[in-house]
Amino acid sequence: MQPSQLKTKASVLENLEAVRAMIKRHKLNDYIFSIVGLLALMFALITLFVLFLDLVMDGYPRFGLEFFSEFPSRRAGRAGLLSAWVGSALVMLVTFLTAVPMGVAAGLYLEEYAPKNWFSDLIEINVSNLAGVPSIVYGLLALSLFVYILDLGQSILTAGLTLGLLILPIVIVSTREAIRGIPIAIREAAYAVGATKWQVVHDHVLQYSYGGILTGVIIGMARALGETAPIITIGALTFIAFLPPTPITAEPPFLNFEWLSSGFTVLPIQMFNWLSRPDHAFHINAAATGAIIILVTLLMNGTAIYLRYKIRKNIKW
Amino acid sequence: MAITTTTPIKAESRNLEFFYSNGNRALKGITMPLYENKITALIGPSGCGKSTFLRSFNRMHDLYPGNRYQGEIVMHPDNTNILAPGVDPIEVRMRISMVFQKPNPFPKSIYENVAYGLRVRGETNKRMIDDKVEEALKGGALWEEVKDRLHDLAFNLSGGQQQRLCIARALATDPEIMLFDEPTSALDPMATANIEELMNELRNKLTILVVTHNMQQAARVSDYTAYMYLGELIEYDDTDKIFTNPSRKETEDYITGKFG
Repeated sequence: MQPSQLKTKASVLENLEAVRAMIKRHKLNDYIFSIVGLLALMFALITLFVLFLDLVMDGYPRFGLEFFSEFPSRRAGRAGLLSAWVGSALVMLVTFLTAVPMGVAAGLYLEEYAPKNWFSDLIEINVSNLAGVPSIVYGLLALSLFVYILDLGQSILTAGLTLGLLILPIVIVSTREAIRGIPIAIREAAYAVGATKWQVVHDHVLQYSYGGILTGVIIGMARALGETAPIITIGALTFIAFLPPTPITAEPPFLNFEWLSSGFTVLPIQMFNWLSRPDHAFHINAAATGAIIILVTLLMNGTAIYLRYKIRKNIKW
Repeated sequence: MAITTTTPIKAESRNLEFFYSNGNRALKGITMPLYENKITALIGPSGCGKSTFLRSFNRMHDLYPGNRYQGEIVMHPDNTNILAPGVDPIEVRMRISMVFQKPNPFPKSIYENVAYGLRVRGETNKRMIDDKVEEALKGGALWEEVKDRLHDLAFNLSGGQQQRLCIARALATDPEIMLFDEPTSALDPMATANIEELMNELRNKLTILVVTHNMQQAARVSDYTAYMYLGELIEYDDTDKIFTNPSRKETEDYITGKFG
């Protein structure tokens, strides 16, 4: 065939009908994909929603103030979450105080200070890998390091540090992502007026990225709240009918650190404990606890999204 | 290249070479003076090294590892070679400020944007900062437009206002030289005219080096023009001479639009 005899499909005018049909055919793919995508999304959402609804309906009879103000009991109807939620709150406090400063500092260092070479690449890969390590491995690590070597006991401190380690990679990664979102032009602007690296980090990088960092921290904390395996590994108690000593006291010095070495339980362990009992009445307690954990997690994630929106609103680039 | 003038030299590059971290030799032995209280324009096609040259003056290249200078940039009257290893880039940036291609205000208030250079220098006296901010905003021809909303976010200003804010920010610390890296390429013609007028006024206070893609702009605002091509300085002369009677064929081809 001579090249001049080849009929291209390029001329729209000559094949108007055919071109229209072709566009329609091609656009069908858009339509099909949006259906598939929507189905996938609905599947995930509906499953979660049904699960949550199921837990709420099962646990419904136990919702009430007493559920939060009673210690666990041998009688299911009188058993409550007091020691579990106080334990969770205190463990979360330790986790927050360790993971946030360490994670933000590490992320800042990696992004702003560390020289970019094969070694920093290696560290980067390892940090990402750490985020994927099964939590029970952290539990084993904590058992040998915190409980046996450092002799911190099966305490709130040990649990908080363990969960802190567990979410450290999440905090590091989200810190780095947030920092990376700041345009080079803004950094150069700050350097150009004579700022030092620390001034750039303190006055700009941290100021503009804390929304993103906070989001990562909250999502990490929400994950830590539901973690069970590492806490069991380090030997949390499953039946606790006492509260740790209060951190704040009436007399000077007003702060008391004995609670750090106290035995404890947390929400998911309390739930696990109730679930493993043969008496069905306890399963109701477990369902109620599950619903509460999901609700708190959703609330935390919702707060994260809201804060990010609120903080980003004033920053446009 | 025979500029005859009695104007003192503010800074001069001597055999300046520059190598990017990938080994690319972006500047090939540039020797060129900047005259005090004059506007010097750098023109040339993309990739000719004019921005690289400009950014050498406040050591912006030091922010990225692996970049390397050779040769000298000497500032007068103190005869400091600002590329010398013992000279801290921060000291250089405190003397030579810069305005960028795209307006890049901080996501802070108008006031804080202008005050930042002073804060970096440890200034804490509120009245002193207030005065300096006002002076700089007046110098940046923005004061009348923003004096009632100094604590509004800088992002709420228009593009042209943002760029004038960036000029005010660079002005607040009384620099000796101000670098403009294509300062109007992201702006509309009206805003561009404002910036050009402003540069013309700023000349009374400081020395200006401006990179521009727009030859008419170079012709309008500058006293001297340098034409660069492939990392070399082809011709440097009075702006009038460059645009009416260049001595090099390459320059003529470029300004008449035969290429580039």
